[in-house]
Amino acid sequence: MDVMPKWADVVLIPLISLILAATLSAIVILAIGESPTNALKIMVDGALGSTYGWGYTLYYATNFIFTGLAVSIAFHARMFNIGGEGQAMMGGLGVALVCMFIPWPHWSLALLGGIVAAAVFGAAWAAIPAFLQAKRGSHIVITTIMFNFIAAALLNYLLIGALKPQGSMEPATGKFPEATHLPNLHDVLGFFGIEFSKAAPANITFFVAILACVAVWALIWRTKLGYELRAFGHSESAAKYAGISPTKIIMVSMLISGGLAGMMAINNVQGEAERLVLNAVEGAGFIGIAVALMGRSHPFGVFLAAILFGFLYQGGAELALWTKIPREMIVVIQALVILFTGALDNMVRMPLERAFLAAKRRNKGAA
Amino acid sequence: MDLLTFLQVLDSTMRLATPLLLACLAGLYSERAGIFDIGLEGKMLAAAFLSAAVAFTTGSAWLGLLAGIGASLALSAIHGLASITFRGNQLISGVAINFLAAGLTVVVAQSWFGQGGRTPQLAGAARFEPITLPFADALRDVPVLGPIYYELISGHTALVYLALLLVPLTWWVLYATRFGLRMRAVGENPAAVDTAGVSVIGLRYAAVAICGVLCGIAGTYLATALQAGFVKDMSAGRGYIALAALIFAKWRPWYALYACLLFGFLQALALRPDVIEGALGFKVNGQLLDVLPYILTVIILAGFVGKAIPPRAGGAPYVKER
Repeated sequence: MDVMPKWADVVLIPLISLILAATLSAIVILAIGESPTNALKIMVDGALGSTYGWGYTLYYATNFIFTGLAVSIAFHARMFNIGGEGQAMMGGLGVALVCMFIPWPHWSLALLGGIVAAAVFGAAWAAIPAFLQAKRGSHIVITTIMFNFIAAALLNYLLIGALKPQGSMEPATGKFPEATHLPNLHDVLGFFGIEFSKAAPANITFFVAILACVAVWALIWRTKLGYELRAFGHSESAAKYAGISPTKIIMVSMLISGGLAGMMAINNVQGEAERLVLNAVEGAGFIGIAVALMGRSHPFGVFLAAILFGFLYQGGAELALWTKIPREMIVVIQALVILFTGALDNMVRMPLERAFLAAKRRNKGAA
Repeated sequence: MDLLTFLQVLDSTMRLATPLLLACLAGLYSERAGIFDIGLEGKMLAAAFLSAAVAFTTGSAWLGLLAGIGASLALSAIHGLASITFRGNQLISGVAINFLAAGLTVVVAQSWFGQGGRTPQLAGAARFEPITLPFADALRDVPVLGPIYYELISGHTALVYLALLLVPLTWWVLYATRFGLRMRAVGENPAAVDTAGVSVIGLRYAAVAICGVLCGIAGTYLATALQAGFVKDMSAGRGYIALAALIFAKWRPWYALYACLLFGFLQALALRPDVIEGALGFKVNGQLLDVLPYILTVIILAGFVGKAIPPRAGGAPYVKER
């Protein structure tokens, strides 16, 4: 039985959680002797006040859409993929290899090549934990955490060894060839006659991310596989009884999840840095968890939540620039969002459900 | 390789294994009671910061220890609230706690000390000093046993000996007390415990609180004994290695000691590439030693070398039947 109308579940609860997180963040900012209203103003101005700010906001949002979708699709099959970070790192490796060692004639082909390589590498990194979960029952959360560390070490090893150009001291690959460079939003929107900042890193990958949202939506709610995935997520035993193979669902959902997380690399590695550096992911894999929780695992919700976190990221950088509030403040906000929308969901939900029940009874009494 | 070098590596194994052991035992209490805790890392980090900050301000490492335990307990309270009272997802709560600690420590450190998210260096009584055990100096020249006693057994801080004592204590609590029996039962079959008229919620909160205290000691050890002060992200994945050790040990106290010593030994070796090269005759990549704990854990989890079976009710909130 649904106690609450759908809008309350989809809009009201995330909104209340967000307000709680924002209030606590404001208290933290007050406690360290800064003004929360001033901080908010700087964040809004810095992240949304110019096309330059928007360019950064959308750039970060693109990363978070991919990692958020990755966590969401696993959530639908009741898997908790905490390994987005490692999968995105490996996606970066795939992109780097494809960009460096294949002579691409044009960026559009290089983009396709990058997408395939990133998805394959990301999916491959999710495949082992998925297989161990499906076949040996090892807990996916623990194995994906371990794989994050293994990916970081592997990348570290490659970037100070085989992939580093000769004579370079920095642990990074060389610059990718010109033909693999992706057009940024300045070029894309300029084509339609819209002015956009040239310096901002947002690029054509943003549109790939939107396409990914649509594709994931169609997959989950419009295909047989998506139905099986959700059925498995709701009840493993019922799904089994209906002839759905748990092994298949675990493998497929985790492969898609890993592939999506890996695809983040076309934005940050191919689109922005145009080379592979250490720690290119910068925690975006983990932010995917907050984004998926906030967006209620729905692609449209993920899109909105990713924009919100993009805003927080760019705004947070501006804060660090103009005030004494360090960049880590966004990590605090991120933690509070995860806490309230994820772990303490029932704290918000229970009183609301009670209120709606009471309202229902009163209505019945009146009628 | 001579005895002295070997003893030095073992000595640093002891020092590096201590925070792992404390965090691992912390996780053991929590997970044996059915509460998964991937927030060990965050609790250690919060404790490391507050202990260093208070130790610096008051000049007393022991007050620092109290503060560290307090910080860790506060995060434990959040975890308990989320996963016991509000029956939320324990893993998500753990993730949130890790981020909360990673962010808050730097934000508060920056506003408190203004040194870019770290505390000032600790010195003197603000740190835990090594304890020289009786006769260590006198026996130093006795062949073989003297150096072992002097280098390896003597000369650690109080927290190292405390961590070692906690292993038999945990074993005793777990297997020889009523509390331990009930705690294990609550992790396997909470409904049975409830039927016997024992509070599931009370037991789980107690276990989470013990976990908080031990993580607090672990974090304090990092900032006031192993190093002299707090720096950003100083727990450096130790909470996760402790988690790995817990699985490696299959949730048992003595095995936890062995697993932590093994992982501590790997960390100690990673610091001494010259020793490995001398012993094996070829270079071993440092990165490989760093990730070996994780790789070993995945292998154990895969069940290729004995199966690690977690407490049965782990991760599931308990809902009373009506």
